Amino acid sequence: MDSTFGEKFGIGQPVRRKEDQRLLKGGGKYTDDVSIPGQAHLAFVRAAVAHARLKGIDGTAALKGPGVLGVFSGKDMEADGIGRVITDAALKDLSGKVMFRTKRLAMPVDKIRYAGEPIAVVVAETAAQARDAAELVQVDYEELPAVVTARQGLAKGAPAIHDEQPDNLCLHYENATSEAYDAAAKQAARIASIELVNNRVIPVPMEPKCCVADMDTKSGRLTFYAPTQGGRRVQGAVAEMLFGGDGDKVRHVSDNTGGGFGTRSKIYPEILATCYAAKKLGRAVKWSGDRSETMVSDLHGRDQVDRAELALDANGKILGYKVEMLANIGAWVTENGARLPIDGGGRIVGGLYDIPVLYFSCKAVMTNTVPTDTYRGAGRPEANFLIDRLVEKAAREMGIDIREMRKRNYITSFPYRTQMGLTIDSGNFAKCQDEACKTIGWDDFPARRKQSEARGRLRGIGMTSFIEGSGGRPEETMRLRFEKDGKLSVICGTFSHGQGHATVYSQLLHDKLGMPFDAVSLIQGDTDTAPEGAAGTFGSRSSQMGSMAIIGAANIIVEKGKKIAGHLLQAPPTEVKFEGGNFVARAGSISITEIAKAAHDPAKLPEGMEPGLDETFVYKRANGRDDMNYPNGCHICEVEVDPETGHIEILDFAAADDCGFVLNPLIVHGQVHGGIAQGIGQALTEYLVYDEETGQLLTGTFMDYGMPRAHHFPDMKAVFSPTMSTNNDLGVKGAGEAGACGAPTAFVHAVLDALRPLGVEHIEMPLTPNRVWQAIQAAKRKGAA
Amino acid sequence: MSTKVSMTVNGRKVSADVEPRTLLVQYLREHLGLTGTHVGCDTSQCGCCNIHLNGEAIKSCTILAVQCEGANVTTIEGLASPDGELHPMQKAFWEHHGLQCGFCTPGMVMVACDIARRKPDADEQTIRHELEGNICRCTGYQHIVEAVHSGIQAMNQAKR
Repeated sequence: MDSTFGEKFGIGQPVRRKEDQRLLKGGGKYTDDVSIPGQAHLAFVRAAVAHARLKGIDGTAALKGPGVLGVFSGKDMEADGIGRVITDAALKDLSGKVMFRTKRLAMPVDKIRYAGEPIAVVVAETAAQARDAAELVQVDYEELPAVVTARQGLAKGAPAIHDEQPDNLCLHYENATSEAYDAAAKQAARIASIELVNNRVIPVPMEPKCCVADMDTKSGRLTFYAPTQGGRRVQGAVAEMLFGGDGDKVRHVSDNTGGGFGTRSKIYPEILATCYAAKKLGRAVKWSGDRSETMVSDLHGRDQVDRAELALDANGKILGYKVEMLANIGAWVTENGARLPIDGGGRIVGGLYDIPVLYFSCKAVMTNTVPTDTYRGAGRPEANFLIDRLVEKAAREMGIDIREMRKRNYITSFPYRTQMGLTIDSGNFAKCQDEACKTIGWDDFPARRKQSEARGRLRGIGMTSFIEGSGGRPEETMRLRFEKDGKLSVICGTFSHGQGHATVYSQLLHDKLGMPFDAVSLIQGDTDTAPEGAAGTFGSRSSQMGSMAIIGAANIIVEKGKKIAGHLLQAPPTEVKFEGGNFVARAGSISITEIAKAAHDPAKLPEGMEPGLDETFVYKRANGRDDMNYPNGCHICEVEVDPETGHIEILDFAAADDCGFVLNPLIVHGQVHGGIAQGIGQALTEYLVYDEETGQLLTGTFMDYGMPRAHHFPDMKAVFSPTMSTNNDLGVKGAGEAGACGAPTAFVHAVLDALRPLGVEHIEMPLTPNRVWQAIQAAKRKGAA
Repeated sequence: MSTKVSMTVNGRKVSADVEPRTLLVQYLREHLGLTGTHVGCDTSQCGCCNIHLNGEAIKSCTILAVQCEGANVTTIEGLASPDGELHPMQKAFWEHHGLQCGFCTPGMVMVACDIARRKPDADEQTIRHELEGNICRCTGYQHIVEAVHSGIQAMNQAKR
């Protein structure tokens, strides 16, 4: 047996990552690190206005620039028969009418719909030449008034973003009529209501968006490199748009991707345009997008104006919940633009509370802004923020302790069928709450508040409980291949862009097949090897979907191995045991690597057995959408506010998370911390702002957009309070989204708790010093009046 | 128009003809193929491009290559021992899971070494403020701060 075998590398252990050595030495290979000999360089011409009819694009001067090889626009793409990206979602309203869907050419030919939209490309011998020439492209705009907010979009007489949908309403979704809720409200002892904004933010993976497309004119095959969360989907899109659906003509490669957060799971017009230019010119073309371009073109997140109402009995028990969301989905209806608030968030719209009656309405509205789509949490942070803010508000109004109020309303019996038709399998929300309270020292808070008071600071503590639904698409494929040197390769279409799959999958195979941890390697990021039907990594799905597919393949390998071992050891397969990587029967023992070798020798196989021990397994969740997993938790934040300046300092943060079975606590803690930081970012510093008149992005660089930094955070205390998911054999639940689902609410509650003595009841995110200070002044004026 | 520039990078003497507008980071990445130094923004905010210039950490996007004539430059590729053994700071990042996607990591590690040099007694709060010029989107900084703290101790130990 290998010396590395043992508990040290199994699942559940804090194994250090095997992918780090290369990354720490600067050996990572991100897209912009790729250069193809003889490559040309591409620069985009982007719309200078937010809304306009496109009257003409003149590339004559640009074409005369030094080194310029071509100038292409949407018209060229259209003339070459390039396909359009059609909204991959078809939600319906109550009458059964399907939502408005868009058909997007990579670069528009008729209208400009957001500032920064790509409208032409210039390709030249060097990057500087391409950029210089792009400045020379003349664009003729007939400007139209811009629509920036969802409310503006719905206003009477608002200009239409798409002529085919004059009211800008992509979909008005309702789960039911409001009749049942209205009846519940009539019975209620109390109605509590809230209206709030869920601010638009941008995901910001640290690697800017970029693409290298390499056209091999001999074979007619295009290889493109671009950051991704799973290559199969972008490969499919490029094949469909550029090669008439012939997937064999397109290969996608990404060795390393510098963060995803949902926004890298999509096909972008910039990627299609770069691939198009490479195909058109018959050579390699590189586009190195910079941060400013990434800010005006990466799909944004959140952006809702929400109104909600709770009908409660005299004890604070919820009788009904009414939600009216207004979601700004931007200029184009992307895959998840409308689906995200309605399904992504809607799946847990009532949070982890027992909601007997629900009315859920969401209007998805188009505007002259970058489309919104998946961003860490994908609708769940918004839904949790709304319900938990309202539950806390109701508790305060009714004079019920906020901890007690939550406990009175938690879902406590499982499986629990929600009003949205999903079945939450497991959880112990009261236990999570108690763990979080213990971790932060809730009961001793009054003493800490006094200490702050003595220093002229207002101290507050805030709590939230949340739930989300992870797992994403209900199918994933994995291939396990034994190599000649005895090592085992995991060939996958999930894509680790920071989650440590190489490590976690190795832990799994160490456990399931007894492979030495170092003898397992991950082959990912190449559609030439990725199994057909592999979806990728998003929605915290790889822990369940990827792991279960690996286990499925491993189980088949063990069964087949037993037959081979039995044959070689002259024992019936039922007598063969598999222990610690060895097949054992009677007096003999054969290691799995030996069996893998034997499997290639027909002489050593039972009669009629196919040679080889490699296995591909397709894991499908039995009930598709329903049997995902439901991570949840309770987060508590403690802050100090300087009433003179409005400055907030976060002093402590406790997170009790139920991520089910934890495969690698070191890595899961990292996921939790990262999620919390993004959640606090949204609530404290981040706000993607458009000028409401012109539709120009005002926060287009890191100088204007408030990226959270190390000093914004305290030392976070993350603990696990697991209940096993019953929907997969491992018991795992996702870990990636949780932090972002809980942190904003806990933080805002803490600040409001600090400011309550002054009479402040509400501040919209982000809670910048200016907003906090203004709220304090307004409360003072109100108090004096 | 191009200008000749010579410097020492990771102990190797190099020289090249570059356009005067070439940034040091472009020179490192595009001329020398040292792609471990990353570009994460265009406003000198993110710190992904940190390198050591004559022993001090600097954002290599804020200086032209031609300004570095005769300079001594160390990039992330030059930090580990020639035999491949990780520098104590790199090792600390590995042990404390101070990286996820790895994109900001080279800049973080280079700055962390500089903090160790300037402030060998830095506590956690000091480290958090010292990292103000480096943005990470994955880790929430917690494991990075732990890694830097531990890396500084290890570097102090090695000096003794």
